[in-house]
Amino acid sequence: MKKITLPLKDEDIKNLKAGESVLLSGALITGRDAAHKRLFELAEKGESLPVDIAGETIYYVGPAPAKPGYAVGPAGPTSSYRMDKYTPKLLDMGLKGMIGKGIRNSEVKEAIVRNRAVYFAAIGGAAALIAKSIKKTEPICYEDLGTESIRRYYVEDFPCVVAVDCNGNDVYDK
Amino acid sequence: METRIIKAQEITDTVKKLFTDCNYFIGDDILSALKNAYNTEENETAKSVLSQIIENDNLAAEEEIPMCQDTGMAVLFVEYGDKVAINGDFEQAVQEGVRKAYIDGYLRKSVVDDPVFERINTKDNTPAIIHTKIVPGDKIKFTAGGKGFGSENMSAVKMLTPSYGVEGVKSFILDTVKTAGPNPCPPIVVGVGIGGTFERAAQLAKKATFRRIDTENPDSRYADLERELLDEINKMGFGPAGLGGKTCALGVNIETSPTHIAGMPVAVNICCHAARHKSAEI
Repeated sequence: MKKITLPLKDEDIKNLKAGESVLLSGALITGRDAAHKRLFELAEKGESLPVDIAGETIYYVGPAPAKPGYAVGPAGPTSSYRMDKYTPKLLDMGLKGMIGKGIRNSEVKEAIVRNRAVYFAAIGGAAALIAKSIKKTEPICYEDLGTESIRRYYVEDFPCVVAVDCNGNDVYDK
Repeated sequence: METRIIKAQEITDTVKKLFTDCNYFIGDDILSALKNAYNTEENETAKSVLSQIIENDNLAAEEEIPMCQDTGMAVLFVEYGDKVAINGDFEQAVQEGVRKAYIDGYLRKSVVDDPVFERINTKDNTPAIIHTKIVPGDKIKFTAGGKGFGSENMSAVKMLTPSYGVEGVKSFILDTVKTAGPNPCPPIVVGVGIGGTFERAAQLAKKATFRRIDTENPDSRYADLERELLDEINKMGFGPAGLGGKTCALGVNIETSPTHIAGMPVAVNICCHAARHKSAEI
């Protein structure tokens, strides 16, 4: 299976094709509904964000609490379409990758093509297994949001499928 | 029959165990349906997704951790014997069980206090949704499940009218599943409630998702409909995780109720493959 290192390189993004299985390793950030709303509202006002999203890959996840001895609790993807309202803006600000599950709207797909980015799907409901590929986590911001806070994850061989590639091909259209 | 006293603490302990157990241990009906699906699929991606789901569910059970990070909104169906008296407060005892399960059991706290404005997390996953029915007897039966919202959001209710007939019922169910497509973590379990009123249909649909998928509706006409709908759904092709394949659903369960002469409400409650529910009687 193809191995990809995070942060994503333009060269790697260019070669990813919708439907292809990949293993992701490296650093990503997390964020879902509430964090996206805050980032978007700051961006709309032209204010600076508490996390530099340029070049980043964001994982739509709100993990369960970690049991003692675990780096993270179960941490599978959440439905991506709920982030669609905020995503084109973040892509235009330099976000390069997204990991979630399920379909995206046409505005998101256009923004993916426009910015030469990529959307990966992880397996919804495989949270305990996915957590095994998350080796370390650190807080970044919005800790008041609890499970929805933005954190840094360091992953190794995180299994994903390329869902929308940089040419706008969509695995869910097939 | 004499009145039987049940201690509030016993209710709390029972409810706590139901919610931790249902989040750690998938039902053997679901696991065996996933294994059958793995054997049926020919598509490599579909096989790989199913094998990862099976591995995930086994891992969760072994390590006693939640199978999915969305440990759900807590939903309970309670059959409360009319000869039972509680030494304490029933509602508080149940909510305390939910609180303890979600805090002590490392489950995710996913409930916000106000739906529209502040949306502040209640930090203990309460309040649970409790459906109580008074029945004859001196026992309390609980059926509890953690309902994830990826699939809950894909559910729908429609007030069909009698002239729609069975064809109208089928097309509404199939349209709802098709619209949901890859989003609700397929392979899904489809709970259908038909009849009653607006809210009764929805409640029956939820109850249907809490029924084992290796059971069928006792009325053969509805049992046939369950099988027919399952076949139709699996022909849709979106497959495990929505990445293509023959397995879109693991089961379709239908529950019905008498209804009004002018109506035929239909509710479709979609549940992901982590279809979690456990029962206990005290």
